[in-house]
Amino acid sequence: MIFVGIEVIGRVPSVLHTPLMSGANAIHGVVIIGAIIVMGKAETDNYLALILGFLAVILGTLNVVGGFVVTDRMLEMFSSKKNSKK
Amino acid sequence: MDLNLLTICYLIGSVTFILGLKMLSNPATARRGNLIAAAGMLIAIGGTIFLYRNTETGDHLHNYAWIFGGLLIGGVIGTLAARKVKMTAMPEMVSLFNGMGGACAALISLVEFNHLSRELYSNYSAEYISSIQPTVLIIVLGLIIGSVSFAGSIIAWGKLNGKVKDFSFTGQNILNLIILAVALGAGAFLVIHPEHNFLLYAILALALTYGVLFVMPIGGADMPVVISLLNSFTGVAAACGGFLYNNKVMLTGGILVGAAGTLLTILMCKAMNRSLINVLVGSFGGSNNSASISGGKDQGNYKEISLSDAAMLMSYATKVMIVPGYGLAVAQAQHACHELEKVLTEKGVEVNYAIHPVAGRMPGHMNVLLAEADVSYEKLEDMEQANDEFKTTDVVLILGANDVVNPAAKNDPDSPIYGMPILEVELAKNIIVNKRSMKPGYAGIENDLFFQPKTSMLFGDAKKVLQDLLNEVKNV
Repeated sequence: MIFVGIEVIGRVPSVLHTPLMSGANAIHGVVIIGAIIVMGKAETDNYLALILGFLAVILGTLNVVGGFVVTDRMLEMFSSKKNSKK
Repeated sequence: MDLNLLTICYLIGSVTFILGLKMLSNPATARRGNLIAAAGMLIAIGGTIFLYRNTETGDHLHNYAWIFGGLLIGGVIGTLAARKVKMTAMPEMVSLFNGMGGACAALISLVEFNHLSRELYSNYSAEYISSIQPTVLIIVLGLIIGSVSFAGSIIAWGKLNGKVKDFSFTGQNILNLIILAVALGAGAFLVIHPEHNFLLYAILALALTYGVLFVMPIGGADMPVVISLLNSFTGVAAACGGFLYNNKVMLTGGILVGAAGTLLTILMCKAMNRSLINVLVGSFGGSNNSASISGGKDQGNYKEISLSDAAMLMSYATKVMIVPGYGLAVAQAQHACHELEKVLTEKGVEVNYAIHPVAGRMPGHMNVLLAEADVSYEKLEDMEQANDEFKTTDVVLILGANDVVNPAAKNDPDSPIYGMPILEVELAKNIIVNKRSMKPGYAGIENDLFFQPKTSMLFGDAKKVLQDLLNEVKNV
C-alpha cells in the first residue's frame, strides 16, 4: 500500500499539490469508521465512551465532509475555467 | 452474509481511494477523482453503520441515535465551513480539517483504552495483559500521532490566519526532543504495564504539547510543508485505527494518505529547496534569519514609481509578466488582476503570469486563485518557462511576492533561502514591485531586488493599486 501511495502521487504537477493534499486530507477521514465502531460498541451506560465517541464522530465527519467539499471547490475553479475557455 | 457484503463495501472504498488519488494527480480528471473517493467513503461509512458486526458477539452496532446525531452535526458544520471559506483561506481550512481527523483518531484511542482498562479490572491476569499488549501499542501510537497532528494543525491554522505568532526560544529543539522521548517512553511503559492507565492521559498531554511546540517556531513560509506532513501523520493515525479494528478500508486509506502525504511533503520541500529535516527542527523561522536581518547591511535606496508612469510603462511594453504572490491573495485582487491583463492584451501587449511553485501559501494556491478569476490556463507559466522568458520581457509586475523573487537565493550563500529556486525577474528590462510596505516577506529577510536600479516600487494594497492602475492604463 505504501508503494501504491508513492506510485499514485509520483508524477503530480505542482499546480495540483494543494487540491491533492486536500483530497488526501479528506481520505484520511476514514478514521470516522473507527469512530462509528467505537460509538456503536460502547455500552449505553458508559458515558465517557459515549461522549468521547460522539465527539470523535463529529470531528471525523467534519474531516470527511469538509475535506471533500473544499477539494471540490478548489477543483471547480480549474474546470469552470476550462469550460468557459472551450 | 452481512460480513461479506461489508468486506465488499470496504473493498470498493479502498479501490475508490486509490483511484481517486490517482485521478487527483491529473488536472483533467481531478474533480471526478475527488467525487469518486467521496462516493467510496460514503459506501464505506454506510456499510459500517448498517452491516458491521462485533466479531466476538456478532452484535450489530447500537447507539444509532448518537452516531447519526454526530454525523449530522459534523456534516452540516463541515459543509457550511467548507462552502463559506474564502479561496484565500483554503490552506487554513485544510489544516483545520486535518486537525479534526487527528483529534478523531486520538479520541478513538482514548475510548478504546478506557474500554480495555475496564476489562482489565474485571479480568486481571498476566495472560490477559500479554494478550492485549499489541492492542495497547497501537492505541498508544494512534494517540500520540493523532494528538500531535491535532495540536500541530490547530497551531498551523492559527498561524496562517495570523492568530498565532512565531514563537521560539533557545533550546526549544532539545526540549521538543525531550518531550517526544518522554512521551514515547511513557508509551512503551504503558504497553508493558497497561494497568497504569493514568499514563495514557500523561501521554496525551505530552503529545499535545509536542504538537504545539513543534509547529510554533516554524515560519509561515514553511507552513504548507508542515500541513502536508501533519496530513500524512493523520493518515498514519487512521492506519493505526485500521490495525486496531482490523479494518481494511481504514488501513488502506490511512497508509495511502500516509505514504502519499509523505511524498507530497518531500515534493513540496524540493520545490522550495529545503530539506525536511531543516523544516522539522524549525531553524527557518528562528535564529537563522534574525541574524541575517540584524547583519543586513545598508541596502541603499529604493525608488518609487507613480501610477501613471507605471501604466505608461506597461501600456507601451510588448511583453509583460505578472508575478502574483501572497499579497495578491490577501487583497483578493485576482479579479482586478485579470481585468488589467485583459485591458493590456487589448492594447496589444502580451501578458503572462509567472507562477512560482510555492507562490502564495501553498503549492498551486495561485493557480487556483487565478483560475477563479477566469485567467486562462495557457497564460500561467511555471517557473522554468517563465525564467526563459524574462530575458525578453519588458515589464515584470510583481504583486505581493517577495521571497520567490529574491536574488539572494541565488547569490548569497549566507541567506536562509539560499538555493531555493526563484523567478529570475531581474533579467527583465523593468521591474515594478507592488507591496504594502518595505517590510520583508515571510522568510523574514531583505530583498536586494527592491534596491536595484531597474526596480521601482508601487506601494499599496494590491487590489486598490491594480484598480487604479487599470484606470490609468485605460486612459493612456
